[in-house]
Amino acid sequence: MAKPSPQLRRRRRAGLPGDPFGGPRWWVLSGPLLVVLALPLAALLLRTDPGAALESLRRPVVYQAITLSLWTSLAATGATVLFGLPLAFLMARRRFPLHRAVDTLIELPVVLPPAVAGVALLMAFGRRGLLGEPLAALGVQLPFTPVAVILAQMFVAAPLFIRSAMVGLAGVPAELEEAARIDGASTGQVLRHVTLPLARNGLIGGAVMTWARALGEFGATIIFAGNLPGRTQTMPLAIYLGFELDLQVALTLSVLLMGASFLTLILVKYVLLR
Amino acid sequence: MLRSVLTALLSSLLLGLAAGTIGGCGVDAGSTPAPRSVTLTVFAAASLAEAFEAVAEAYEAAHPGVTVQLHLAGSQQLAQQLRLGAPADVLATAGLPPMQAAVEAGRVDPGAPRACARNRLVAVAPAGNPVRLDRLADLARPGLRLVLADAVVPAGAYTQAFLEKASAHSVPPGLGVDFGDRVRANVVSYEQNVRAVLTKVRLGEADAGIVYASDVVAAPDLVRLTIPEALNVEAVYAIAPLADSPRPAEAQAFVAFVCSPEGRRLLARHGLLPPPAS
Repeated sequence: MAKPSPQLRRRRRAGLPGDPFGGPRWWVLSGPLLVVLALPLAALLLRTDPGAALESLRRPVVYQAITLSLWTSLAATGATVLFGLPLAFLMARRRFPLHRAVDTLIELPVVLPPAVAGVALLMAFGRRGLLGEPLAALGVQLPFTPVAVILAQMFVAAPLFIRSAMVGLAGVPAELEEAARIDGASTGQVLRHVTLPLARNGLIGGAVMTWARALGEFGATIIFAGNLPGRTQTMPLAIYLGFELDLQVALTLSVLLMGASFLTLILVKYVLLR
Repeated sequence: MLRSVLTALLSSLLLGLAAGTIGGCGVDAGSTPAPRSVTLTVFAAASLAEAFEAVAEAYEAAHPGVTVQLHLAGSQQLAQQLRLGAPADVLATAGLPPMQAAVEAGRVDPGAPRACARNRLVAVAPAGNPVRLDRLADLARPGLRLVLADAVVPAGAYTQAFLEKASAHSVPPGLGVDFGDRVRANVVSYEQNVRAVLTKVRLGEADAGIVYASDVVAAPDLVRLTIPEALNVEAVYAIAPLADSPRPAEAQAFVAFVCSPEGRRLLARHGLLPPPAS
């Protein structure tokens, strides 16, 4: 697409007559979607009674879900950074056969329904899954454990970090790394003092988005990890079951997750990537 | 140019909306002159899946022009959806509390619900019985990976009631006062509906689970551990037309069909017991 001329851009900002994107009609046409996006969030806040919400925070089912969600999502983010960074380097810096195939593979979980991810994880790591017997021989059973929760979160959330890290790493000028190397820096020193600091925004932004997505994971978790309070029942699962039994639990946890998502986006968009 | 594109877009959008609304009301806009076509939305407990699919098929065959749209979920979830205004014509729940919730929400008339079937619980193990369960008491064996329905759904509530009953006596048919606690210690997951319990057992992910006797009809490969009558809990299914159904006559007719001898025969074929004699 050609860039609009400076003249046209000026007109656009001002919304002058003659500009097809001027006037109120675009606001009118955008209205329905804006309402659909904003209204449920506003309704959620309006329906929540802060006193009752604080009260329900003291209930075991609520605080256990919060604790479990926090530590599993942080573990999933940590593991994603640990293993995702080398992968992002590989993808950003090297060209190899099947590069496109791997690139698609990394992106797939973003569009895959999480329920599919849950079934696929069960088929791979379940007791009678592909790796079920070798894992059982090692005394490892993944389904119905917090490790399964973490795996489910990684599966759906890791692509966000990897994509973001790839963009960050690709944006580091090769000449700077080259210059550091000529000055006698080792590979580790180049990484530590040149590459990683320059890719900082992409890395941190990606990690925060991965954490937020892991925190919200539901479909893959309930299928692969099951639902046991204190062990595999994360906040989204407690919302789902609480919705049927006790709306207050669902409302409290929903508002907390909404707040977390909101802060995450603010942090990424306006603090880290400013 | 722009105007014509916009007009085209808007009119197609409006047409789509109109078609959607009409479809949602169950009247097919482009229908043939043949009989009036009606879509009945039936909210039914997950454990009624196969039985109601058979009933719906028979009903459609007997009533040309009627399409039965089954919405299957945990009974508690159905009640909650109705409480929040989901449109439906018929509700069939496992157990009376979810039906009572729909009555309290004003969606079902107090006198309308009828008992249409009964069900019992059974313990199941995966095909081949890999961990060799041969008595009900084995459910309390330490280290067993047991999956139960969550207590928010009727099957889960009945399961807890069974555990209470079995723990009430230390002599048979009781299974010991600590039976319930030992069984609960083995639970690795409380699933959101009884069919999810069945799936996890069939996949061999769980060593055992507790489901409805009717669930096992569709899964003949599973190993069953019968729960004796003295300990079992009877689940009664209730059915009622929705008070605010826009098709009250059709909704009523469907309920009558389910309770008719033919309806009962179809339910029995899928492992459901006849309703309690009143």
